[in-house]
Amino acid sequence: MSTATVQKRGIVERVSKSWLYIGLIGIGLVSFVRIITDTNDLTAAGTIRAAIIATCPILAAALGGLWAERAGVVNIGLEGQMILGTWGAAFFTYHYGPWVGILGAALLGLIGGLLHAIATISFGVDHIVSGVAINLIGAGVATYLAEAIFSDYEGGGPRQLNGLEAPAQITIPGVSDLAKDIADQHWFFVSDVAAFIQAMTTNISTLSLLIFALVVVSAVVLWRTSFGLRLRSCGENPQAAETLGVNVYRYKYIAVLISGALAGIGGGFLALVASSGFSTGQTGGRGYIGLAAMIFGNWRPGGLLAGALTFGYTDSLRLRDTQSVHSLLLVVAIGLLAFAAWRAYRRQVRGAVTVAVVGVAVMAWFLLTDAVPREFTVMTPYVTTLFVLALGAQRLRMPAADGAQYRRGSAG
Amino acid sequence: MNRFNLRAVGLSLLAPAIAIVLSIIVTTLVIAAVGSSPGEFWSTMFEMPKPRLRVDILNQTVMIYIAAIAAAIGFRMGLFNIGLEGQYTLASFAAATFAGAAYLSGFANVAASVLVALVVGGAWAGIAGILRTTRGVSEVIATIMLNSIAITLVGYFLNNYGVKEGNSVHTKNLDPGSTVGGFSPFEDRDGEIWALGLIAVLVGVGFWVLLNKTRFGFDLRASGQSESAALASGINPKRMILISMVLSGAVAGLIWMPALFGGARNYGTSFQAGLGFLGIAVALLGRNRPLGMLFGALLFAFLSVKSNDLTFGTDVSPSIVQITQGVAVLAVVVTYEVVRRWRTRLEQRAVSRELAGPTEVTA
Repeated sequence: MSTATVQKRGIVERVSKSWLYIGLIGIGLVSFVRIITDTNDLTAAGTIRAAIIATCPILAAALGGLWAERAGVVNIGLEGQMILGTWGAAFFTYHYGPWVGILGAALLGLIGGLLHAIATISFGVDHIVSGVAINLIGAGVATYLAEAIFSDYEGGGPRQLNGLEAPAQITIPGVSDLAKDIADQHWFFVSDVAAFIQAMTTNISTLSLLIFALVVVSAVVLWRTSFGLRLRSCGENPQAAETLGVNVYRYKYIAVLISGALAGIGGGFLALVASSGFSTGQTGGRGYIGLAAMIFGNWRPGGLLAGALTFGYTDSLRLRDTQSVHSLLLVVAIGLLAFAAWRAYRRQVRGAVTVAVVGVAVMAWFLLTDAVPREFTVMTPYVTTLFVLALGAQRLRMPAADGAQYRRGSAG
Repeated sequence: MNRFNLRAVGLSLLAPAIAIVLSIIVTTLVIAAVGSSPGEFWSTMFEMPKPRLRVDILNQTVMIYIAAIAAAIGFRMGLFNIGLEGQYTLASFAAATFAGAAYLSGFANVAASVLVALVVGGAWAGIAGILRTTRGVSEVIATIMLNSIAITLVGYFLNNYGVKEGNSVHTKNLDPGSTVGGFSPFEDRDGEIWALGLIAVLVGVGFWVLLNKTRFGFDLRASGQSESAALASGINPKRMILISMVLSGAVAGLIWMPALFGGARNYGTSFQAGLGFLGIAVALLGRNRPLGMLFGALLFAFLSVKSNDLTFGTDVSPSIVQITQGVAVLAVVVTYEVVRRWRTRLEQRAVSRELAGPTEVTA
């Protein structure tokens, strides 16, 4: 018992340590490229601020995906639940202010989750089929309700509702100023970290902080409580869980409801913080990206945070100047070549060659061109996902019974 | 035996019937909830459509039906090709570009362009197939990503190489010689039923023949039902996955062809997005059966086209139809599942009765 816990703690520490190293190396690499290409915009506080805003909805959706899939339910309906969340946030904020608005977003998302739970858990419908249907319904309901209700509101129209009050922003005075001073020096590494701190402490939305906090809360609840253990057991081996007296249906229901609510909050963020109000179609596939971020992150909170930050950062780039996007190619090229070298060192020759070829190609692209077309930056998250999956699908491990049908009493 | 079959048919019609009733109820409730009049809505929807709309409905049915067949090819294999949207967007753009360039003339141009659409759609789906068979990447995630990439790519090409006209961008217009006419069943101003709509008939019949009358179709259905059993009987499941993915994408490439050569004449603002997702919905609704999907496609086309009348006649917004369609899909998959379980229980009971019967006699 005690050795088991010691060993487990050892693994957790090792994993979080390796994330720390990857993070530090990443910052160092970006910082290096920033200095040699002289594009300070790459890690300016403004860039990071935009990246955080782009990250939050993806992160909330990814967390939603994590909860559902850890209990063994695939939730492709995240997109639809997010869309419902945008409408809920707009409606409740208009009447009762932003915090009730966020609750409203969570509530509408939760209703979408409930629909998914009833179909998949109680009726045993294929998870993906149900998810697709929920995406259709979510888009339809949000559009219809917006046209029917928002047209009569002040600042509203059939397809949007503007002038919504946003949740409060926070600035931590001393830290913010100090970080800004250091960031403005453009030193190697130190200034990049300072710029990140500056962005996190200056005019940051409380809703962003809430979503980041939810990642920590989810990690603790799912991996450190007996409730979380039971919930995850439903995703790994529901039959075994049932024989141990776990009410599998109830846990799956709870998980999918939380999943929908989180996706709804992500939608609410889009309507209240990321843009100036509700508009139809503003999720733009971020529910799918959230799902991809979660897979990218190997069904783990730390991993999906990294995934969401990566996608959020690239997503925010389409608003920035093309110069910094171009420098980013160098970051990617060096990263890929380093990865290839590491693989070669581990004697994985074929993988090393594939990665090296792509790395050289990206390097050539960087050297031979001056700018990257804006459309290509839009594509980045999708191409990255495909690439990561193609290279790493064998090393990813999803919950063993994820997406499988489970009937009460099917054990033994 | 015969009576049992009759009951089986009855049971399989039960699910769509329940689904339609349920979606009618939900739609009515939603309309009433926002304070509009459901009665007005239904009377507008079920009025006989005007001739122009009847032509529209037929043309829409054709495209949705092709999309449904494309989805069904994947489903039958146990594959979820959610990437129809990207496949037909890219294929339509490629075909329109090729046709607009007018390397060939007249009918040869049309035939070659349709071939381009087939190849591009198949190749784009093939990427997901290759990722699945060589790297084990789920085709669901891969095709979702490929959708976004395809749509962005088309946007890029269109912006950089398209013909600009005012605020809109489109590919080069077709030669008048390369358009394919249609039949006007009513007056000329009511529009034409596209001649290339015949593609839908070919695809539908082809799907049925392929699935039910060929060795390949048997292999396909077998691997869809159990990959390990298929492998044991000498079918290479990886090859089947790749082939059916490519086939599904190739058919998806055809979706918009009737419109391109019928009325649109270029890829641009008149391109109709979202047919891929409708096709998936209709395939689910029609249970992947050629006739069932035809019925589903007709229903969805009717709802979509007829909803335009709502803007004039009522204060109900046309987007309500999206809810009706979504609920119909969810309801149909749920009721199929319920009916399936019910039928299994009935069969189990019948079998146990038959087994129990003789023993009682001998005892």
